[in-house]
Amino acid sequence: MAVQDNIAGPPRTAFYNDPVIRGIFYQLVVAGLVIAFLTWIILNTAQNLAAQNKSTGFGFLFETSGFGISFTLIPFDRSSYYWQAFVVGLLNTLLVAVIGIIFATMLGFVLGVARLSSNWLIARCATVYVEVIRNIPLLLQLFFWYFAVLKAMPAVRQSFELPLSIFVNQRGIIVPRPLPDFEIFWVAVTAVLALVAAIAMVVWATRVRTKTGHYPVVVSRASRIAGLIVTFGVGYLAISLLGTVVPALSLGPVFPLIGALVLAGISLSPYGRYGRVFIGFAIGWAVANFLLGGMFAGLGEGIIVLGAALVALGIAWTMLSADRRSAATEGKLPLALPVLIVIALPALVYWVTGASLAFEIPVLERFNFAGGLQLVPEMVALVLGLTIYTAAFIAENVRSGIQAVSKGQTEAASSLGLREGDRLRLVVVPQAMRVIIPPLTSQYLNLTKNSSLGAAIGYPELVNVFMGTTLNQTGKAIEVIAITMLVYLTLSLTTSAFMNWYNARVALVER
Amino acid sequence: MSDISSNSAEERAINASQMKVSDTDVAIDVVGMHKWYGDFHVLRDIDLKVMRGERIVVAGPSGSGKSTLIRCMNRLEEHQQGQIIVNGTELTADLKRIDEVRREVGMVFQHFNLFPHLTILQNLTLAPIWVRGIPQAEAEATAMHYLERVKIPEQANKFPGQLSGGQQQRVAIARSLCMQPKIMLFDEPTSALDPEMVKEVLEVMISLAEEGMTMICVTHEMGFARQVANRVIFMDQGQIIEQNEPETFFSNPQHERTKLFLSQILH
Repeated sequence: MAVQDNIAGPPRTAFYNDPVIRGIFYQLVVAGLVIAFLTWIILNTAQNLAAQNKSTGFGFLFETSGFGISFTLIPFDRSSYYWQAFVVGLLNTLLVAVIGIIFATMLGFVLGVARLSSNWLIARCATVYVEVIRNIPLLLQLFFWYFAVLKAMPAVRQSFELPLSIFVNQRGIIVPRPLPDFEIFWVAVTAVLALVAAIAMVVWATRVRTKTGHYPVVVSRASRIAGLIVTFGVGYLAISLLGTVVPALSLGPVFPLIGALVLAGISLSPYGRYGRVFIGFAIGWAVANFLLGGMFAGLGEGIIVLGAALVALGIAWTMLSADRRSAATEGKLPLALPVLIVIALPALVYWVTGASLAFEIPVLERFNFAGGLQLVPEMVALVLGLTIYTAAFIAENVRSGIQAVSKGQTEAASSLGLREGDRLRLVVVPQAMRVIIPPLTSQYLNLTKNSSLGAAIGYPELVNVFMGTTLNQTGKAIEVIAITMLVYLTLSLTTSAFMNWYNARVALVER
Repeated sequence: MSDISSNSAEERAINASQMKVSDTDVAIDVVGMHKWYGDFHVLRDIDLKVMRGERIVVAGPSGSGKSTLIRCMNRLEEHQQGQIIVNGTELTADLKRIDEVRREVGMVFQHFNLFPHLTILQNLTLAPIWVRGIPQAEAEATAMHYLERVKIPEQANKFPGQLSGGQQQRVAIARSLCMQPKIMLFDEPTSALDPEMVKEVLEVMISLAEEGMTMICVTHEMGFARQVANRVIFMDQGQIIEQNEPETFFSNPQHERTKLFLSQILH
């Protein structure tokens, strides 16, 4: 009988030993506990609020706030409503988060690559940066930037004056305020369209290149012409700038014109790279001269010009050796065409529509600056602190991503004859990005959430304005905290939804 | 070479040994080459002339510099002294020359090194499209041709992670062949494979040899060396100690170190 039972089906077990039934039972128990706990919390809260004679509800949002906010992106004053205070806080949080994310990403990628540099000094500097910054609490860094750096700036009357009418003092950084007229709108639209067009052109040209083996004839011809125009333009700029360093060369407008024509001509010859190196040298010299002159105003002019020339020679030498290393560029799409599209089209529209972009220059009056745009020190300190702190973590993500691509991948690509640019673009970067993006998204999340520390240095972001002032004045703790939490939850869930989508898209297929 | 048996592998060996080796056309010429890793002298005074059509097996204990030697031949490693001339181009720091050499020299690695984010077909067409500028359709046709040669055309649209080790290594060989190289370098191509997969990879390599490909192969497969190679090179401590035809090399090794090595690996 026993044998027959075995053949007929699995041996019978008692129902309380069946894993399926046990599973269902435990699920029911847990669900019951959760429901009981939530019911208890809600009832308890309602009871306590009733005992304190407090009303609940979101009606307070439409009451007058009666307080002012030091930095707002939308008009706000004492007669504004609480919901407007909420919007101001939210916008300020988003503003700092977006600016911080952009700068932290740029700085982080540069640092991450620098840590892997074969240059000992660069690699060590990047390591020290990362190790120091990520081991100091963010709040401490914010206090440092706010109290030790920005609040230690001179008083208004002794403001530092930087080039382009930018002033730095205790009250923050004052920059010229752009005053666009209506036609600027069309210039901006063209700029966006030109950027899209340039990207579309590159994508299309790359597709055609893959399909047929060479770039479309139109594109390569236009690229050659664009290369000439860009060389001419940059050459003109370079020689004009050279005139600011060597006064003997500023012989009126004809000289740079001729020089630029010569440079454009050279770029067609096999000696094109020497033309590029010359342009790099000239611009480097002028810029270094300007910067050194600003930093060491005390030194003699001759020494500064000489120092700047040394810097420029360094730039020229680096360019020359980099150029030599990146030989063989027959099959490459030159960057000149997309650059020209992005710069020239908006410039053309600017000129045709007669748009004008004026600036309101800040002017020092008796007690403060009149005009200009004031960046409050709270915001500058918060953006600085968040950027510098988060960049250290992003640098580590970037480094780990690049190192996660095994050396064998680069070797295999090299052995197939792929050049360095193609190796990076086609083999290394796609694999590194898979490793970099997920932790990068959580760094973005961290930065957004850490911006709430702005409350500690008085930056009016969401936690400061809404959970601080609004909560204190209205006493609507539950509603205010719920709304604030909901905002951060929404931001986080949106980001992680994107992250999951991206992960699913680029995941490696195995088995 | 002398006794003829019914074994098909043996017949193949005869075919292979009758393969034409050029007397005048030098594929790779290594002259007085030294290489150091820091203070460590990895390769000492290497002289090696590989004729077009030769099948060379490089053997030796681990750490003897075998892999380093063939990695110098497409400049995955740089040498510090002496000359390496590949297909008439001397390898120097000049990137143009390095590119030129790498376009004509294929390499197969111990760990396959397929690109995991690309399909098999994309793995095979990447270099022809971006290095040679071959139109995609043509590159894909070539890729399918070589996939059929290594007997896995049905895997074209899978990803490397979905293939077995032996299949991956055959794809890696096909990937190199898609560039239609004049010389193939093999760096221990079967060392990372399960024993039953070694055969399928060796078969592909044997058929390549039969077609007259110039091959330099670092391997511990002494059966393969006997069957295919026309010269076996034995290396120890960065030097070429002994080189000979496989028959003589295995039956009558000259050097003490070679005898010891052979007694250890042949049991």
